[in-house]
Amino acid sequence: MEQLVTTLFNGLSLSSIYLLVALGLAITFGQMGVINMAHGEFVMLGAYMTFCTQEFFKNFLPESIGSFYYFAAIILAFIVTFGLGCLLEKVLISRLYGRKIDSLLATWGVSLILQQLVRTIFGAQGVNVNAPAFLRGGLEVNGLTFSYNRIFIIILVAFCLAMVWLLVNRSRYGSRMRATMQNRPMAQCMGINTKKIDCITFGIGSGLAGIAGCSVALLGSVDSTVGQNYIVYSFMTVVLGGVGNLFGTVIGAGIIGFSSIFVENYQSASIARAIVLLIIIVFLQFKPSGLFTIRSRVLDEGV
Amino acid sequence: MIVKKGLIKKIAVAAAACCLAMTITSCGQTAQTSTAQESVTVGLLHSLTGSMAISEKAVSDAEKLAIAEINAAGGVLGKQISFIEEDGASDPSTFATKAEKLIDQDKVATVFGCWTSSSRKAVKPVFEDYNALLWYPVQYEGMEASKNIVYAGAAPNQQIVPAVEYLIEKGYKKFFLMGSDYVFPRTANMIIEAQVKAAGLEVVGVEYADMDQTDFAAIIAKIEAAKPDVILNTLNGSGNVSFFKQMSEKNYTSADYMTMSFSIAEEEVTAIGASLLTGHLVSWNYYQTTDTAKNKDFVAAYKSKFGESRVTSDPAEAAYINVYLWKAAVEKANSFDVAKVIEAVETGTISFDAPEGLVTLNGENHHLAKRVRIGEVSTDGLIYEISSSGTPVDPDPYLTTYDWAVAAGIQPLE
Repeated sequence: MEQLVTTLFNGLSLSSIYLLVALGLAITFGQMGVINMAHGEFVMLGAYMTFCTQEFFKNFLPESIGSFYYFAAIILAFIVTFGLGCLLEKVLISRLYGRKIDSLLATWGVSLILQQLVRTIFGAQGVNVNAPAFLRGGLEVNGLTFSYNRIFIIILVAFCLAMVWLLVNRSRYGSRMRATMQNRPMAQCMGINTKKIDCITFGIGSGLAGIAGCSVALLGSVDSTVGQNYIVYSFMTVVLGGVGNLFGTVIGAGIIGFSSIFVENYQSASIARAIVLLIIIVFLQFKPSGLFTIRSRVLDEGV
Repeated sequence: MIVKKGLIKKIAVAAAACCLAMTITSCGQTAQTSTAQESVTVGLLHSLTGSMAISEKAVSDAEKLAIAEINAAGGVLGKQISFIEEDGASDPSTFATKAEKLIDQDKVATVFGCWTSSSRKAVKPVFEDYNALLWYPVQYEGMEASKNIVYAGAAPNQQIVPAVEYLIEKGYKKFFLMGSDYVFPRTANMIIEAQVKAAGLEVVGVEYADMDQTDFAAIIAKIEAAKPDVILNTLNGSGNVSFFKQMSEKNYTSADYMTMSFSIAEEEVTAIGASLLTGHLVSWNYYQTTDTAKNKDFVAAYKSKFGESRVTSDPAEAAYINVYLWKAAVEKANSFDVAKVIEAVETGTISFDAPEGLVTLNGENHHLAKRVRIGEVSTDGLIYEISSSGTPVDPDPYLTTYDWAVAAGIQPLE
């Protein structure tokens, strides 16, 4: 029983991390159809922003508010990666719409540039991010320990998910965005500035990656390659769930996270990874467009 | 026509972005050749990009420091040393290609390089085919002794075996082995298992993590279930950061689960955070705190060249030793010719008063006689020696002098 609870919690935690990283991609890849290989690097930048804020608070602000650095870091990480995302969209991606392979190559190039940039500024050796005081350690219940920062990440991802859902489905901007993605010429005829919509949407996707970076920084190493560890899983999450479907991404993250943890309980980590990949490959053989597909009236999409 | 122009422009943009990326990532490997007659060129072959760049930077810096010192003191056989640096990109096959380039095209006198065992194993046939010489700076799993490689890091009997002996002596009974999934941890764990079982003690679990694994929750759950006294940690690279962060989030300290790590040196302590590692054990031949006059100079020189915040570590020190040993061998051979240098190495008389103390190059197996030091991580991020072999331990890469190892028939993994 104890073991089962720990396993379920670990599965939930891993799923929530995958979901947080994939959420931004669900927008840029899922909604906009841009294969953004630099998504992992936005996660990495978010992690480095956490480090920068931590150092700033340590050196320039009184110690009593030191722990709040983490909230400032989340906001800063979002703003910086949002800005960079908008910039990337304006300078590069907007010139490559409808050419997935080209944008794949170009964004891969961008990811290399960002990695080297970080190495040049912060050094090849990783930097050390400490969890803020209120997230250190864990909550003990009946001899089981639930770490505070994993609980926090679960709450954070729920919050982000709610915000994204509200933004896409309940806001004025969201309806414009959906209109643009579903039928661009018609949206333009209705007076929607689709270029602006593209830019902001891509920025939001990137900004979410930045927030994911803050949580990734608490769990593991912060170095220039940290984004690479997550990029494959986040694409798998989005593809498994069904491209363009937010709910599908949630389920996709759950399947990958829980199955990884369950298999790893009985097998080694390497075999667990192989088995999870196998499950996904077999699954996609039967449902090539993912768990949930969007019904579309566009005839030439061939759904 | 207009459409086509637009298309060409877009392709150009994409191509330019890729080219820019290539240039920026490859700018670390600018060749530094000297045109002066009175110079000898050596090759440096480490990962400047990719996951291993984190570790290999320190090693290549230490080599450059030694080269600069030797040049300032008049060079080798009256010649200044210049170097060509190539990027192995954390990829064994790239290492092999670049090794061949350095030897065959650049005609370097010798090569200082590699970190991971997989990269060393990838370049080994290249060095053997060309009869060139590689100076390898990192502790490793042993079971190898190539005529064309000098191993300046610890052989297993100079790091792993004495560390386990130390733990057994301290009364630890239940061992949990955890490592990254590649050749060093797997061989190391084979050795440790044989040793622990020969002592009549128990290995309660063996787990391997992927090199880029970020979530250790499942492995930690297995550790909790196995209830070991001590965890023998052969994780390499960023996995260590994730593991120790995730142990601390469950409120575990060295009092709950003691760890003995074989790939955590001062550089890694900085990245993981000293607070998470305080009290944990490591095993090396050298620490920044090692108390020798030579080490004070080495640490001061390293910091003044690369920055006050940098720390020295065992692999960096071994890399530094390598350059001086090569100089000593060249001077003994009175030639840069590889065959003659190897001959000089094999006299077994090449030694160097290193920061860790006197090291002597064994002519038979190309490893060094080195002191073994068990260290404990302190709150200041440095490692302090708590036990030492006192005198240098002779290298025994195949563990032929240990009955339990011979009985277990430990074989190299290829």
